[in-house]
Amino acid sequence: MKGKVYVAGAGAICAIGNSLPETLRAFQNKTSGIGHITSLDTVHKGVLPVGEVKLSNKDLALITKHKSVTRTALLGIHAAQEALNSSGLKDISRYRTGLISATTVGGMDLTENFFVDFSKDNSKGDLNDVVNHECGRSTELIADALNIRHYVSTINTACSSSVNSIIFGTKLIQHGMLDVVVAGGTDALTKFTLNGFNSLMILDKEPCRPFDATRNGLNLGEGAGFVVLVSQKVLEEQKLNASVIVSGFANTNDAFHQTASSPEGRGSFNAMKLALEVANLQPADIDYINLHGTGTVNNDQSEGTAVKRMFGDTLPKLSSTKSFTGHTLGACGGLEAAFSVMAIEKQCVFPNLRFTQAMPDIGIVPQTEFQSTKVNNVMSNSFGFGGNCSSIIFSKA
Amino acid sequence: MITHHCRIVNKTIIVDGVVLFHSDAASLDDFLLDAYKALKIDYPKFYKMDNLSKAGFLAAEMLLKKSPALKYAGEKISLVLANAHASLDTDMKYAQASQSVPSPALFVYTLANIVAGEICIRHKIKGENAFFVSETFDAALFESYVSMIPADHLCLAGWVDVMGKHHDVFLYLQDNASPGKPHRASTLNELYKKEYGTVNG
Amino acid sequence: MEQLMANLKRQIIEALNLKHLKPEDIGDDQPLFVEGLGLDSIDALELIVLLQQQYGIKMANPQDGPKVFKSVKTIAEFIQANKAAA
Repeated sequence: MKGKVYVAGAGAICAIGNSLPETLRAFQNKTSGIGHITSLDTVHKGVLPVGEVKLSNKDLALITKHKSVTRTALLGIHAAQEALNSSGLKDISRYRTGLISATTVGGMDLTENFFVDFSKDNSKGDLNDVVNHECGRSTELIADALNIRHYVSTINTACSSSVNSIIFGTKLIQHGMLDVVVAGGTDALTKFTLNGFNSLMILDKEPCRPFDATRNGLNLGEGAGFVVLVSQKVLEEQKLNASVIVSGFANTNDAFHQTASSPEGRGSFNAMKLALEVANLQPADIDYINLHGTGTVNNDQSEGTAVKRMFGDTLPKLSSTKSFTGHTLGACGGLEAAFSVMAIEKQCVFPNLRFTQAMPDIGIVPQTEFQSTKVNNVMSNSFGFGGNCSSIIFSKA
Repeated sequence: MITHHCRIVNKTIIVDGVVLFHSDAASLDDFLLDAYKALKIDYPKFYKMDNLSKAGFLAAEMLLKKSPALKYAGEKISLVLANAHASLDTDMKYAQASQSVPSPALFVYTLANIVAGEICIRHKIKGENAFFVSETFDAALFESYVSMIPADHLCLAGWVDVMGKHHDVFLYLQDNASPGKPHRASTLNELYKKEYGTVNG
Repeated sequence: MEQLMANLKRQIIEALNLKHLKPEDIGDDQPLFVEGLGLDSIDALELIVLLQQQYGIKMANPQDGPKVFKSVKTIAEFIQANKAAA
């Protein structure tokens, strides 16, 4: 018998806010976080807009009371601490607690600093900048900060990574292996990803326009998003106030191309369909979809086609919050999970910025205003390179 | 049940304990190409893959050719992979190339789960994918994670690690509908360590 | 033009890792994408890099790719046109 898995807390840090309540204000005021690069030292400064977190590594280290480590780890610690604090869980040490964190760049941000000196003279460069390079290290640093020892794991399946962390965490609780799981993801902006996505020619030089007919690529962003998942037993013992459950999820492979999505969105369609089946819900039960909606020609066409096929003509309200945050890669599933939980808790849906005209042949018109409305079930999509497609459903408990 | 397994280590491909191919090629690049040719696989996209994908591709090819994977619909086949070096081998090549112009074809492979994507494209696998990174082969992780895959799925799982010359691949099929060895961490460790040990190639 | 096309074939094989092909396997007018050599969108991006590195030509708009990269001949014509203009 699989018990319910509750979302007891959530935390977020991204271009539109350093906490989940701050992001809510940005959604209400339609304040975009996309702007020019300020911190990263790159030739793309002033050319490619990004969604930067407005705190420096020093600020983050001060706030998290953590000696300066990689930006990826600091962002993760910040959001995971918020998630845990908001859960009301006082003592996690009495439970089997896990941390599942996703990241795609790990400690690359500091490694890039190291190479500035090292590549000129291989006796130079501060080795402290590379010891935290690997993806798993950022998870360990977060686990240490939260004092989580029981189970620690890192997932990297590109842009679907952090939804997969939450799915994995949910399964571990459902199968009775853990009682509490902090799950989500974190990624800092780096030259590595900026140059890489630029080489794929899918970065827009303007702020991105997801699901718009004139969309011309994505903006990279950075941040972290985590949720705290607990079993029914923990919920009752700790008398927690959790009004949201993870009701459905699925992961599929598009089996089409290394980076491109199939035009008909078969992987995303299968993920949404299976997630609905797991949740035992009908398409009409979904009140809001937080789209993957990167703003690339390919993703939005593919996802839009799949959504249309899945939901027919009576579409739920839907939007891509990447129009605010940029695409935060390994963090986006965690961030958007935190937003989805907030949509249910606050009974609202978030706008999709810069939308003017629907994609021809698909005709989907996203939500363009912040709106208070009944929200019982939210679907959040995340699709990654490698054909990795995930869909997760959060429901009112 | 673990129905088949494939090991690629020390420039040798071993399927169910039987050596299928060995070469004394000077580099891992050459070994992988030699193997592709010797095993008479016709899939020109192989040439464009990075070494991690090539290694995973070859092991998957050995297993899915051998096993009646076809009786499973693509949606009912899952893939669970792990390694130690993620895509670091290609990350370094990409960083090198980026000194002049960043190469999109290399950037694509700077993600460990592209090997999963390549295997899925080749074998039309559309089920669940997961990719874990751990310092060493973690049999307990596989036992627990693969056991959570729906019982009516075929699961291709295992370790695919490549870094420079180092190559260490252990893929296996877990199939509840066929006879085989029980899917336990102890069995997985035994199969992984058997014959060739954990020698770094 | 002949020399340029011969060079291009060698460079394409090298840049796109088409180790199973020899330059003479590629026809001047043979379609490079899908039904021809089976190249895909990533290959198109590599070809853009090739043009930039070997010929100093920047193609700003990837949407021009399909037209220019139809065959070795169309690429050669594009290079000549852009070199002449420079």
